[in-house]
Amino acid sequence: MSTSPELLASPAASETPVARPGKWKESLPGLARHGFLIVFTGLTLWPVMWVLKMAFEPGQDFAFSISPIPSTISFENFARLIGKTDNAGNWVFARQALNSFVIALSSSLLGILFAATAAYAFSRFKFPGRRAGLLAFLATQMFPGTMMMIPLYLLLNYLGLLDTRLGLVLVYSTTSVPFSVWMLKGYFDTIPKELEEAALIDGASQTRIFWQIVLPLSAPAIAVTFLFSFMSAWNEYILAAKFMDSELHYTLPVVVNSAIDAKSVRWGDFAAGAVFVSAPIVALFLALQRYIVGGLTAGGVKG
Amino acid sequence: MAQVVLDKLVKRYGDAPPTVKEVSLTVNDGEFLVLVGPSGCGKSTTLRMIAGLEEITAGELRIGERRVNEVHPKDRDIAMVFQSYALYPHMTVRENMAFGLKMRGMPKSEIDVRVDEAAKMLDLEHLLDRKPKAMSGGQRQRVAMGRAIVRRAPVFLFDEPLSNLDAKLRVQMRAEIARLHQKLKMTVVYVTHDQTEAMTLADRIAVMHAGILQQLATPLELYEKPANRFVAGFIGSPSMNFCEAAAGKDGVLAFGVRLPLPERLGSFSGSCVAGVRPEHFVEEPAEGRVAVPVVVELVEPLGSETYLTCTCTDEKATRIIARVGPRCPVKDGDKFTLYVDPKRLYLFAPGDNGPAL
Repeated sequence: MSTSPELLASPAASETPVARPGKWKESLPGLARHGFLIVFTGLTLWPVMWVLKMAFEPGQDFAFSISPIPSTISFENFARLIGKTDNAGNWVFARQALNSFVIALSSSLLGILFAATAAYAFSRFKFPGRRAGLLAFLATQMFPGTMMMIPLYLLLNYLGLLDTRLGLVLVYSTTSVPFSVWMLKGYFDTIPKELEEAALIDGASQTRIFWQIVLPLSAPAIAVTFLFSFMSAWNEYILAAKFMDSELHYTLPVVVNSAIDAKSVRWGDFAAGAVFVSAPIVALFLALQRYIVGGLTAGGVKG
Repeated sequence: MAQVVLDKLVKRYGDAPPTVKEVSLTVNDGEFLVLVGPSGCGKSTTLRMIAGLEEITAGELRIGERRVNEVHPKDRDIAMVFQSYALYPHMTVRENMAFGLKMRGMPKSEIDVRVDEAAKMLDLEHLLDRKPKAMSGGQRQRVAMGRAIVRRAPVFLFDEPLSNLDAKLRVQMRAEIARLHQKLKMTVVYVTHDQTEAMTLADRIAVMHAGILQQLATPLELYEKPANRFVAGFIGSPSMNFCEAAAGKDGVLAFGVRLPLPERLGSFSGSCVAGVRPEHFVEEPAEGRVAVPVVVELVEPLGSETYLTCTCTDEKATRIIARVGPRCPVKDGDKFTLYVDPKRLYLFAPGDNGPAL
């Protein structure tokens, strides 16, 4: 076997990355992959940046250039959005933002409470209708939410809860239950049964086991489920627009959409509203990021 | 303290054949009883029925003088150590150990005294503020035992507590469990599939197979007088050598030789299964020992002893394992003669689990 001159070269020389022939060839698929990802990231971010541009550029200035970078920064749109008054001249924005917050928070908390208890029962107990119940929950997720609009409207009307926060809280919390049950049940299934058996022998009741052993161990799944519930309630527009009549009871998505009326479209106000509505969700996502990764992958690997 | 009585306990899941079939035994007050058997023999199910974690299909379970079939686990006066330790991951060692006492409404000052005492006993004092994930397997196992100890329950149940530990740690923890039992004198029901654990720890051993209690006896009794072929094969390592045999007036034809029939069998004749433990095939001849010619297939030196896998000269070329001295001068393929004392011969009725004759 002959020894090629390259093999006789000093190890230091062979370790220099640029000196290795074929390096470019090897990294070509990598480069292509990165190029593809960069282009797609750009395409994804472009509309988001445009919304930011529309929100921060005064008036209709944004329409003059295709660039997503705003030429001037102004908070005029935000000021107009926040300073909005109703027909009687009362400042209503704070109340509307509070509506959104209270409704999203209460419906998520209430939804999680219902879902966690139901999911625990589905995960741990054997009872008639267990499988049918789970499948029924799954089936509800196959239909668009708007399909339920008319029955929900009639129900709320019957209960006298139209145009109330409580009505919307009940609607959002119950509609979030099926998804949350499946999410939480999947996680509860991964918690070893021995822990509960040990607690049972230690003298804990089933309720105490649920609150003191199972729930604390399910923090990641609870956090993710809470985030999804909060997000869907916070962003929901159609039901809120139909069920809330008075401007004082509007939630933020309805407020944002009011920038578009029959006569004109105030894109600046619309974009500022969109940014304003998205900000808390982004913050929540960042705060719960650690749990989201843990929660979404939970169940794949035990431990 | 309390005795535990299992009276014809049955466990059946749905329409399937019972997992535990009419197991009856009494664990005396302060006794260390080991339930041993291969996987799926029903030993863990039996333990879980005692703990109250499985419903009892039929039969009666008494702890002390009380029938506890329908009693909630927490009211059965038992403490349990699980194979997976089952420590609460979100609680510190102290909280883990205190949980059971807290649930029983004990005052905090007394809880602290008990936890500190148990921690001292198990050398866990420096770990009390740690969470389970920051501890080694052995430490976790000690916490699991500590959790049981603080309860001062009269009956302790152990479900394969050492299975998750490495060999060295297992030996250490085994000694620790034995020491604890000597000190606390509690009644123990201990489940394991490891016969070394069973033999070293138990006052008495209950051997289970296919949901049936095969034999309940002291370790030595099990070794010397196995009730059937299963127990004979299960107890002892390497396990007993078996050979289909024929007994007649002139002895038993087994392992390619004719061995005198043990006196207790009188004039038994017919087909049977002969059994000789590996340690009873020896390399030195002596008076009364019968020569068994074999061909050595494999020599496994272990330092203190050597295992020889050999084939006998009978028609079926029965394969046997002999446990001989460390310096036995043989190598693979050698023709060799082993010697067996006919008193060490066991005979069983034909079949996979024939009773001892």
